[in-house]
This record gives sequence, C-alpha cells and structure tokens, in this order.
Amino acid sequence: MSIASVKVIASAPDPVLGYKKFQFGSFTFERDMYFVHVGWPKGTHTIEVDRFLRAMVRDIGWGFFYGWIFFDDVFGTQNHYGTVDIYAGTYSKGHRDTGVDFLETFNTDDVRVAFETISVNWINEGYDPLRAPMETGSPLGPKTRDAAGPLIRGFEPARRMMGLPGDTSPRSDASGHPINRAFADMKFDKPDIEIEPGFEDQVHAFNLFDHIARADVTWNPSFTSITRACICCVTSEEHMLPVIHGNDRNEWFIQLTDEIQWNIQDKNTGNPRGRIVMKAGDVCAMPADIRHQGFSPKRSMLMVLENGTPGLEEKYAKGELEPFPITASRW
Amino acid sequence: MSFKTIVGSLNSYQKGSIDLNDDLRHYAFSNIFEVANNSKPYERVMVVSNLEYAAEVVRAEGKSDWYTAPHDEFAIVMDGEIEFTFFQLGDDQKPTHKAGAIKVKGEPKGKRMGRVRARRGHEVLLPKGAAYQLSAAKPSVCLIQTSAGPESVERWSKICVLE
Repeated sequence: MSIASVKVIASAPDPVLGYKKFQFGSFTFERDMYFVHVGWPKGTHTIEVDRFLRAMVRDIGWGFFYGWIFFDDVFGTQNHYGTVDIYAGTYSKGHRDTGVDFLETFNTDDVRVAFETISVNWINEGYDPLRAPMETGSPLGPKTRDAAGPLIRGFEPARRMMGLPGDTSPRSDASGHPINRAFADMKFDKPDIEIEPGFEDQVHAFNLFDHIARADVTWNPSFTSITRACICCVTSEEHMLPVIHGNDRNEWFIQLTDEIQWNIQDKNTGNPRGRIVMKAGDVCAMPADIRHQGFSPKRSMLMVLENGTPGLEEKYAKGELEPFPITASRW
Repeated sequence: MSFKTIVGSLNSYQKGSIDLNDDLRHYAFSNIFEVANNSKPYERVMVVSNLEYAAEVVRAEGKSDWYTAPHDEFAIVMDGEIEFTFFQLGDDQKPTHKAGAIKVKGEPKGKRMGRVRARRGHEVLLPKGAAYQLSAAKPSVCLIQTSAGPESVERWSKICVLE
C-alpha cells in the first residue's frame, strides 16, 4: 500500500512554557508542565508527560517493534513493517462505542521523524527517559535547554554475534558503560578462549551478563546473536515497562536474574487475564493474542527470543498460525 | 544502598508463578534449572519453541558426543563451567539436514579450531557446520539458542506449570 508522505509541522514556541506544538497528519501534540495532550478530529486525550516521553523514545528506538505499542489504554502505534498506524481509542471499547476512536496510517520514516522532532523539543537537559526513574531528572516544568547527546540509543543489533570481528561490540568501561549500581555485587570474568589461526571469526565467546549489567538504558533490548531469523535480545529492566506491548507473534521471555512481574491482558479488549511472576531461570511464552506490561522491583536481566521471519504478523492476523507456540498435539 | 542480584543454579533456584484465566499450555512456563535437574547429561530439552526455532536446556556433565548444525547456534552458560571444543568436519561429515543439532558420526576429521571455557553469563558461538563437544567436570547448565532438530527433546507436559 502506497501512502503519501506526511511531515510533522511545528509551531512557534509557547510564549510562557517554551515548548512547541506539533501537527502530524490529523493528530496534534501539545505539552504543558505536567501533561501531553493528544488531539485528533473527534477527540482529545491526556497522558502524564513522563509516561508519554518514556514510551515515545522507546517506540522510536525499537523501530516500532513487533505489533502494538500502547502508550496507555488509549493511544499508541501498530507496526506494519513499512507503515505505522497511530491510533487513539481504537482498542478502547468506550471510545469505539461513542465513535470517537481514530486511526491514521503513515510511512514508518515519517513517524520516526515526527516522534524524534517532538522528543527533541520536549526533553530538557537533565532528564533521560531511557534511564530508570531513580537515575534521572524530572520532565516536569517549563522548557529549559534541549538535552545534549543521543536521546535514542541502546538498540545495538548484532548481525551474527556481538563481539565477532566486524560485528557490534559489547558494552565496556572503554565505551563509557560502567557496571550499573544494581549489579555491583556480581563478579564478571571473561571466558577463556583459545583460537587456532584462521578461525578468529568462528571461535568466539563473551560475557553476556557483563554486557547487560553495563546498560545505561532500561526496557531497551540489544540484539546479541542471530540464528537465521531467530533473534536473541537482552535487556536490563528496572521499574516498569513504560508501554503495554501487544504481540503480533509469539515471543519468549527467559529471566536471567532477579524477578519481573507481568500483567497479562487480552490483546483486543484489554481485559485482564492475570499475572505471571518470573524468577531467575524461568522461561515463559508470551502468546500472539495478549498485551503485557512488566514490573521489575530490582533491576534485572531479561532475554527475549523473537522470530523475525518477515510476514509472520500477517499469518497470525489471518489465523493461519495459532496464537500460541505449542500446539495441542505436542503435549 | 547495596543490591543483591538473584541468580539461579542447579542447587538453588526459586520458581515464579503463573496465575491466569487462560489455558496455561499457551504460556509453557518452565524453569531452566528444574529442567536440568530432571535431565540426563546432554539431553537437549526444548524450553522455547517458536515455529522452527528453539532454545534447549542442556545439563552438562562429563563429556558429550560431537554435535554439528547447518546454522549458527549459541550457548549461554547458566550455572557451572563448561568447556567447548571445536573442530572442522570432513566433507563426508558435514551436516546435510535442514535444521537443529545432530550428532556427528565418529570423531571429527578436520582441523582443530579452538576451545572455549565458559562460566555463568558467558555466551559461546557454536559455528555453523563445525563440530563441537561439551565437557564439564561438575554438573553445569547451558541454554542453547538453535532450531528444533533431530536431537531436540520435547516433554512439555512434564516441564511446564499446568495448574
């Protein structure tokens, strides 16, 4: 499907608070000291500014990820891998029943540019929405100065395996990533490696836990190893996942350390299905018909195995694949 | 404030919980260390299955057979210490099957490629088309990112929480 390019339009800075307002397609975005106000032809919605910015920078960094990113129960995006829907109320029964729901489809690059433009203007120096809440300043108040440095970071996709010659490098002191305070009690050593000449790109190992422990971002995965279309993502998690993720395929979580508590909802209705508590060593599928949001009381390490096969989302959407990974005959 | 990071091991792990108004088989909730405690050495028990892809828990104890796969695999050591030895294969030993690990017939006939000794948290490349052998002096555990194959063992109803 071909979609006309849409550019984000910025206003002059507000004379009192200093922030710009933005128009992107039929949506408007405006922030004040405490809140973001999203408008569309039939309605408006207000989101607390910290939650909005934490969700927006991750949505950009994840490349809109697999499936639905709910900033909250009303507003969010759905990835169609080339285009992205921005919706308001589409998955909220109350909005649908009153006819104020709205969805507009954009080219992925246009959404990325729009979200980056908004983030750059609305994120002040001293506030870093990719960090854990205890590790950063506040987004509240009037505009001060634009934040310095990259707002979007941490998504470091390895092509084959992190640390191989010519591939991405694990985090280190030299790269400016010290061990996070929450993992200071762990010991990190290097694997012992002997390589015969000529096999430098075949014999390889690195300390994965050390790489995760040095993350300066939370809920922001990095690809570390790829088996064909199977992608291993690792991430450090602290406080709460600032979005609710709706799956368009099955994914798997492996809890490497500590604990994450997950709220599980029906993907389409948002009705609660219950709760999963994952502790170190636990493995759990996240089926293709759910939304989930995680809560990590102490910074923890999580591995996610994704199936990045192109077109998979359409097979699940059409019902050609069951929305859970282990079919009945295998039990 | 100091933190205490919780990791699991064969001898000490605590399993979480799953409390859902749904069919629990859809979530296939298991624990790596529990699976390894109930596995024979070098059984490759699937704990993740995503269409053709899989992750397998391996209890490493003593020396394994030689394995090979037609794609890269990756082992993450979750407990203990495991030595991985790598050799090239002879032309008549190279994998011809579609996916997953398979046992090599006999000893690998090619050149020695190297060796890795890995402990908890280390990730090791098991390169496409090479022969690899695991050995562990004490019971150890690794998780292998791979595809389902001839050596994959499925026992979902025994390893997963169902009520």
